[in-house]
Amino acid sequence: MINQVATNGHATSNQNGIVIDCKLKQVYYGDFLAVRDSDVPIEKGKITGFIGPSGCGKSTVLRSLNRMNDLIRGFRFEGHVHFHGQDVYARNIDPVVLRRYIGMVFQQPNPFQMSIFDNVAFGLRLNRFRGKVGERVEQALTRAALWDEVKDKLKNNGLSLSGGQQQRLCIARAIATEPSVLLMDEPCSALDPIATRRIEELMIQLKQNYTIAIVTHNMQQAMRVADTTAFFSVEMSKGGRTGYLVEMGPTQQIFENPQQKLTKDYISGQFS
Amino acid sequence: MSPVLPAVEGRAVQATGAGARPAAPRLRRSPWETRALRSTLLTAGAWLAAIVASVPLFSVLYMLIVRGGSRLSWEVLVELPPAGFEMGGGFGNAIVGTLVMVGLGALISVPVGIAGAVFLAELGPNSSLAAAVRFAAKTLTGLPSILAGVFAYASVVLVTGTYSAPAGAVALAVLMVPTVLLTAEEAMKMVPRITKDAAYGLGCTRSQVIWKIVLPTAMPGILTGVMLAVARAAGETAPLLFTALFSSYWLVEHGAVGLMRPTASLAVLIYNFAGMPFENQIELAWAASLILVMIVLFINIASRLLGRRRA
Repeated sequence: MINQVATNGHATSNQNGIVIDCKLKQVYYGDFLAVRDSDVPIEKGKITGFIGPSGCGKSTVLRSLNRMNDLIRGFRFEGHVHFHGQDVYARNIDPVVLRRYIGMVFQQPNPFQMSIFDNVAFGLRLNRFRGKVGERVEQALTRAALWDEVKDKLKNNGLSLSGGQQQRLCIARAIATEPSVLLMDEPCSALDPIATRRIEELMIQLKQNYTIAIVTHNMQQAMRVADTTAFFSVEMSKGGRTGYLVEMGPTQQIFENPQQKLTKDYISGQFS
Repeated sequence: MSPVLPAVEGRAVQATGAGARPAAPRLRRSPWETRALRSTLLTAGAWLAAIVASVPLFSVLYMLIVRGGSRLSWEVLVELPPAGFEMGGGFGNAIVGTLVMVGLGALISVPVGIAGAVFLAELGPNSSLAAAVRFAAKTLTGLPSILAGVFAYASVVLVTGTYSAPAGAVALAVLMVPTVLLTAEEAMKMVPRITKDAAYGLGCTRSQVIWKIVLPTAMPGILTGVMLAVARAAGETAPLLFTALFSSYWLVEHGAVGLMRPTASLAVLIYNFAGMPFENQIELAWAASLILVMIVLFINIASRLLGRRRA
C-alpha cells in the first residue's frame, strides 16, 4: 500500500506497513517541554529521515522510540509508541528487551574497547545466542560492508579502525542480533564524505532486511537515502525551545512540493 | 596602493602618507630587555624547583644503596632477625609479614573500594549518600595513619585478644579503601557516555553495562589506584605498631600458618632496629629500608605500566 499524505501534513497509512507508530504528545526534560505533537509512523522496510534545524527535537523523537531517553534524568514521555501492537511506554514493558529489537547507531562511532570480533559478537552473547557466533559475526560484518577490510584482523581492537570503519563496525554490531528496526542518530556527522557515501550505500542495502529511521542534519543526505522524510521545526515556548513535527511525507514531495510554508522556507533557505 | 589599514583600538596605524609602507618590525632577540630577563629568570627558577623536588628521592635512594646495599645478601632475605648481641641474621619473616598483611589488606579494601566506586560512578552519583561517601573518603585520605591503627586495635586486637596479621591488615585496609574508592570512581567516570549508550542500545541491563563495559574499560585506571594504595600501605609503620606488633618468628611454623599472633613487618623492623645500639641491627635496618623502597618502587612502576597500556 502506498502512503497517502493528508492535508495537515501528517502521513496516514496502512497499519500493516507500519512497524513503529509513534504518537508523541509531549516530551519533557524536567520542566522543559522539549517536543510536542509529533506523530511519526515508521514504515517497514523503508528509510525514514528526520530533518530540521538544531534543537528541533528530531534526536529526542528518535531516541524515544527505543526508550534510550529513559537514561536521561527528568525525561518524561506523554503519548504512545506502538511497536508490534504494544505500547513501549506501557508499565509492563522492559526497555532492555525492547532495545534488543530496536537497535541503535550513534552520532559518534562508539566501538567497545575490545576486539572487532567481540564487538560484533557482544549482542549475540548478551542474548545467549545458540548457534555459530562466527558465522553471524561474518554475516553482520559483510552486510555492514566491512568484512573484506577486517577479515584478517578480527582480533585487533575495534578502536584501531578508522572513523568510517568504526561506524560500520557499530552498524555491524547493531545488526548482528537481527533487530527489526535500526535507529541512526546522525550516523555520518563525524565522518568524511567518502565514509559518508559508504554508509549511505550501506543503508540502502540494509533496507531489504531492516527498517531504518535516521536523523540527519544534512538535507542532501535525506534526499539521497530517505523514502519518507519528517521535517521538524522549533518554536519559542515557556521555559525554552520546543520542537514539533511540521510535515511528513514521501521525500520527493517534501523537497519538491512541501505543503507547509515552514518546510518550504527551510528547504529553499538551504539550497537557494 | 596598499589599502588603508583600519585603525585598531589603542594602536595608531603607521601610515605617513598614501602608499607608505609601515617600517618592518624588529624581530631580533634582545636578551637583556626586562621582559626577556624576567622570562629567563622564571624559567631558571622553575628548573631549579624541579631539581630540588627530586633531590629527596634521589638522596634517599643513594643513602639506601650505599648503606643498605653493602649488607644485602641472600642471607638477610631468608633468615630470622637476630637477638641483642647476635651477629648475622636477616628479616625474611618481616618480608613475608609485610606481603601477607598488605595482601590481606588489599583483599579487604579492593572489593569494598571498587564496589563503592560502582555506586558512586554509576548507581547513585548524585545521591546524598554518594556525597556523604565522597566526603568521608576524602577526609579518610588525610587521616593520620596512626588513627587507622587505633581503630584496628579497638576493633580487632581487643576483640580477638591478640596482636595479629589480620589486625594489621584491617588497619592497612582502612588506609587503602579511600584511595581505591576515589581512583576507581575517577576511572569509571572516564568511560565515555557514548560507550555506555552503545551498550544500553544493544539491550544491556544496568548491571550488564557495569560488568561488561564500565569495569573492563576502567580496569587499567582501577589497577593503578589499587597499586598506589598497596604501595602506600607497604610502607606504613604507625598502623602496625599496635596491631601486628612485631615478631622474631615466621608466620608459618611446623607447616601450619599461624596468623593470629604478633607478626613482623619491614616497616616496624626498621623502626625497631634503627633505634638499637647494635651495629648489626642498624645495618639490617638499612638493608630492610632498601628492600622496602625497592618493593614500593616496583609497585609504582608496575602501576605506571598498567595505566599506560590503556592509551
